[in-house]
Parts: sequence; C-alpha cells; structure tokens
Amino acid sequence: MNKIIERKMIVPNMHLIEIEAPDIAKKVRPGQFVIVRPDDEGERIPLSVADWDTEKGTITIIFMEVGASTGSLASLNAGEAVATCVGPLGNYTEIKKYGTVMCIAGCYGIGSIYPVARALKEAGNNILTVIEARSSYLIYWLDRFIPISEKIFTITRDGSLGYKGHMKRLPDILHSLPAFPDLIIVNGCTYLMAHTSHVTKEMGISTIVNLNPIMIDGTGMCGVCRVTVAGKMKFACVDGPEFNGHDVDWKEFLARRKAYMEEETLFFRRSEPKTKIHKEGECQV
Amino acid sequence: MSDEKIEKASKIDLDRTDMPKQPPEIRRHNFNEVALGYTEELAIKEAKRCLQCKKPRCKTGCPVEIDIPDFISCIVKGDFAGGIKKIKEKNCLPAVCGRVCPQETQCESKCILTNKKGEIAIGRLERFLADWEAKQGKIDIPKKAKPTGKKVAVVGSGPAGITVAGDLILLGHEVTIFEALHRAGGVLTYGIPEFRLPKAIVAREVDYIKMLGVKVITDFVVGKTRSIDELLEEFDAVFIGTGAGLPWFMNIPGENLNGVYSANEYLTRMNLMQGYRFPMSSTPVRKHMKVAVVGGGNVAMDSARTALRMGAEEVRIIYRRSHAELPARLEESENAEEEGVIFNMLTLPVRYIGDERGWLKEIECIKMELGEPDASGRRRPIEVPNSNFRIAMDAVVCAIGNSPNPLVPSTTPGLETTRHGTLVADPETGKTTRDRVWAGGDIVTGAATVILAMGAGRKAARSIHEYLMNKG
Repeated sequence: MNKIIERKMIVPNMHLIEIEAPDIAKKVRPGQFVIVRPDDEGERIPLSVADWDTEKGTITIIFMEVGASTGSLASLNAGEAVATCVGPLGNYTEIKKYGTVMCIAGCYGIGSIYPVARALKEAGNNILTVIEARSSYLIYWLDRFIPISEKIFTITRDGSLGYKGHMKRLPDILHSLPAFPDLIIVNGCTYLMAHTSHVTKEMGISTIVNLNPIMIDGTGMCGVCRVTVAGKMKFACVDGPEFNGHDVDWKEFLARRKAYMEEETLFFRRSEPKTKIHKEGECQV
Repeated sequence: MSDEKIEKASKIDLDRTDMPKQPPEIRRHNFNEVALGYTEELAIKEAKRCLQCKKPRCKTGCPVEIDIPDFISCIVKGDFAGGIKKIKEKNCLPAVCGRVCPQETQCESKCILTNKKGEIAIGRLERFLADWEAKQGKIDIPKKAKPTGKKVAVVGSGPAGITVAGDLILLGHEVTIFEALHRAGGVLTYGIPEFRLPKAIVAREVDYIKMLGVKVITDFVVGKTRSIDELLEEFDAVFIGTGAGLPWFMNIPGENLNGVYSANEYLTRMNLMQGYRFPMSSTPVRKHMKVAVVGGGNVAMDSARTALRMGAEEVRIIYRRSHAELPARLEESENAEEEGVIFNMLTLPVRYIGDERGWLKEIECIKMELGEPDASGRRRPIEVPNSNFRIAMDAVVCAIGNSPNPLVPSTTPGLETTRHGTLVADPETGKTTRDRVWAGGDIVTGAATVILAMGAGRKAARSIHEYLMNKG
C-alpha cells in the first residue's frame, strides 16, 4: 500500500499522481518505470516515472486514462492508496554529454521524458524539445521544459500551436536546424516512436525509444513484454525499456500492444452501476 | 532383501488406498482442487499398511528427513495432533509438500513395499495430517528461542525463503522477507494452479510464519528497490532464494506472435492475477479454443489443464520425446490425460504461423524419433527428415523450462554465478562467494522441486544460525 499525496487531471484524460514511495524515490533515475496496481482486483500497469522528490519520499507519474485499470487509478484521490507501487524497474537512460539532444514526446511521454531532458541538460547537453499533441490544450509542463530547452517545437494536429499536422512534420523541424542533433530520445505512444524511428533512420540520426509494452511482473519473469530488437528477442522490462529505435520490429510491437483490445472493452460491461439509478423511491443523487 | 522380509511382505496388505478425486468430466470445468484428500478412516486404513521397518528406508528418500514411520504410527493410533507435530519438526510446509512433492521418486520409491507395487501413500498421509490440523482451526505455535538481536533478510518468499525464515525466527533471530510480487509464496502462488495447490493453503503457510513474527514485505524488488549490498548494511545476513524465473523460449520463427505465451506468463495471468475470474478480475485473458503446450514437465501439465478449465475445446501437449521420458509426475500426466488433454509425443514445433493481425493460427511441427541416450540418460530425440506437418492452434504455451533470474546476481558484485546463471553456493551450507550471503533453491540448482528448495533452505538456516551465534 502506498499513499497518494496528490491526484489531478492536468489536461483532459491525462492525470498526474504523486505517490508516497520513499524507497523508490531514493533509487529512481531518468528513463525508469514502476508497476502500479490501483487496487486488489487491479491489473499491474507499468508506468514511467515523470518526477520524484527524494526528501519528501514521493514519485510523480503522468498517465492517460485508457482502460479499466488506469480508470481506477484515475478515480483515486489524495489520502487514498494504491495496492502496489513497485520499482524502480528497467534500466535508466545513459546520461552523458552527447552534444545536442532532441527530446521528442507526446501524451504521457511529455511527463516521462522531462527527467531525462533535465538530467541531460545538467550533463551539459543542448536540449531541443519537440512536443506533439492533438491540440494546444493537451500540452502540459511547457513551463518545465522552457528553462532547460534551447528551443521548443510543438506540433499540433489542428495547428493551434506551432507546426500543424502530426509526426510527418518532424523532417521539417529537423531540416530547419543548422545541424542534426547528435541524439534523439522519444517517449510516448507507439506511433510517435515508430514514426520518429523511421524518419531518423533515413537521416542517420541515433534514436532511443522508451518502450511501453504490456507487462505483468516487470522483473523478467513472464516474458509478455518481449520485443524483437535487431532480430533478437529482448524483454523490455529487464533489457529495456530503452532501445535503439532503428532496430525495433515496430509492426510486431504494435500487434503485441494491441493484444487485449477486445478484452479491455469487457471491463466496461462487467460492473453494476455504483448508484441505483431511477429506482422508485430509492433514487440516489 | 532377506527371505523372511519377503515372507512378511507377502502377508501384508498391498492394496494402496486410493484418494478420492473429482471425476475428470466435472473437474475439467472448474478450478477446485482435483484430489480431495483422505478421510480419517481412509488415512488410518492406509497408515495400518505400514510395516514400521526397523531401518526405515523411506526416511532416506526425504530431502528433509521427516520421521515418516513415526508420523504414520501416530495416524494408526488416531493421534493426528502428534502426527503433524512429528512432521513439523522437519517440514514447515506439510500441506504444500503433501500435494506437490514427487513422493514417487523420493520417500515412496524407497518404501519396502515398492517392489510389490504397494508402497505406502506417504504423501497422501502427510497431506491428511496438515489438512486435519488446519481444520482444527488452532495452530500450535512452537516456542521461540530468546531474541538474539540478529537480523536476517530473506530475498524471495518461495519454498526456500519460507523455510529459512521459519527456521531462523524460531531460533530467536529477527527475519524480514522481501518479495518482488504483490503476494507472497513465490512459485506456490504465481505458478502452481489452484486445482493442484489451493491458494488458501499457501496463504495459510505464509500467515503461519508471519504469526511466528516474520516480517513479509511485498512489492519490493531486491536488486532494484535496494541492492544486496544495501541490505547488508542493515542486516547481519542475507539469504537469496529468488528461484528460477526467467522463461526459456525456443528461438523459432513466430515466437513473438500474439497467442504465444511463456508458461510463466500463462500461469501468472491465471493464478496470481486471478485470470480465471476474468472479467471480474482486471487482468485481461484471451479466450482460446485450441491450445498447444510445448514441454512435458509438471508446468506443462499445469498449463494444459488450466487451458481446459479456461474453456479450450482442444488442448495438446507437444513433447519431443516419448511418453516414457515425460518429466512430469505420473499422477499429473495421468490427470491431464483423464481430463482430455491430447498428447502429441515425439513432436517438435519448428515454426509458428500467424494471421494478418499478428495472432497465432498454426504451428508447424516436425516428427522426432529416439536415438542414443544423451547426457541426461534419456534417449536423444532426432528429427525425422521431411516429416513436417501443421496443426491449427490459436494459442501455444511454451513450458520448456526456466533459468535463474539474473536480477540479483547482476546487481551484486562479487556474487559468482555458474555458466548456467545459477549462483555458486556450498551444497552443504548454502554459503555463496560473498561474505554474509547465503543462497538456496532454484537460484542455486536451476529449476527443481519445492522440497529440494526447502531442504536447501533448512541447511542454509543452520549455517546462518551458526554464523550469527559465533559472531558474538
């Protein structure tokens, strides 16, 4: 049981949760994740760590509400607790001086790439930040990226902020630079990571992705998170979660991510409504 | 064997008492325990067959040297409390061992009546006593030694860890178990299915050591949350019992298709994550109609029988050797067969074929034949050229074994491993190549049995105790 210090929706459907986890806060490094189980019936969900406070003994996670388990997580509030919060899991990002590093993020990845960008900045790198979202109102934490970024680019589907379109605009950004970055790191949805990897492979820019497959234990035991990297079977939980994006078999990865799409919908049909609706004389507000 | 002994044996009852079981056609549709256990009458009847040998060989077949004739004679007298006490002197997990120990290759294989195919059902009697005790509702708590002020960390809450913790707490040490998953019990919890080892029994055993004063911390990954070196700052000794939890795959094309599972994943999804209750439990489970399980061990049988219970219409065991070489306990493969599992022997998958959405639809196999015995003493399976064929299947569970989890060894400098990834440890004491660090169970031996892990735990506990007491 780990106590929740704060839980709030920061942009539509995207939640920030701060959890009391002193052991993890002491150990976690950029690029790592934890496994959270919202309640005793809950699934084990791997979530990247977006920030931590060693003194306070807390970690912060940004997650999107997509299914039953993230739904229960999103319904918890400060003072309540999650049944499990275990970690830090996976390997951390190799932080050293690369030169110019471009951090590309979307969705929950905006949160999870932040500590990576911050640490890289502290290591003396120039940081270029690229944030992708459907619309400007879905972008968060810009205030955190501004002080550490040389330049911030935004791509929005509706053109409400920065470039209009989606990741297909990435080459435009890259070509607008005086020189290609020495390294690109991508956090976010599979499409974002796969597309970036395709683009940068052609351009010959090293690209690291932070994979987010289905997991159960997160310690190498179940093998559900296996992914083909450079033709070899890897477990994202212990060999990753970061891999060279150019080497990942994206088609397979995407298919494995979608394995339980149909079953996910079952959750929404299983439960009785929490309040009785329109029952004569027993109506609850 | 002397002539008189044979003479005596011929007069005695060779009719092993059967244990009631759920009928196959019923049990293949539920997750309740298959074997129902002896009643008091049946237990006494079976116990009476024991010859009470002066030099009991059964005892030598038990890795923890339980006083088998003694507890059996207690049953004969109806002194069940005395019987369970006798067992617990040597074995802190009798309800578990009575169910999952391979008695037929251990104690029962040494029974003098084995020659006449009428060996005493020692395992069933052990189980009877443990269940009898649980039914009484009051557990006898043994007396603990005076507190020594020494602290021991146990990494992993499987059979080895539970044994070490149970032994050391009674000797007066402070013991904390660290478990990576959210429920304690290790393989007993995530691996062995409900119908073979009810989780309530595992929970009872874990509660028992907690009652003795052992602290159990779940959701704590040693090697990640804290390293062995950090534990050594706080604890006087550390025992590593992290098991064999890294699943092997076959490295054949298509292994990453959806619908291809490691046995660890399949069983963990069903047991630990309660997948058999889906959609009432949250971990999603795909309904498969045709399931193939690759491998011939107990884990393969567990997976196949779980698949049946999850509603599969066709479940096959695919094994590269023949029936005679199946490593599973005979009881388990018989149970599987009775329940309707199809056995495709001398068959090896060579390729998994998927549909356009990345789901498994067919398995390509090749026929095998047996050649000369290999290093394991079993006849080596050899491919029959051009015998490839395909079977339509929508899931396959790969149950070909596990190697030790590298998480602890890879994060602990100075902890030597063998080329198999197991920890180097003294077989008599469990001492590793690191000062103040012991290890035992599958992490040292590679995947083996519950009772061997317990035996190793017992030896390590003895050595740790000796060390702690001499240290002053």
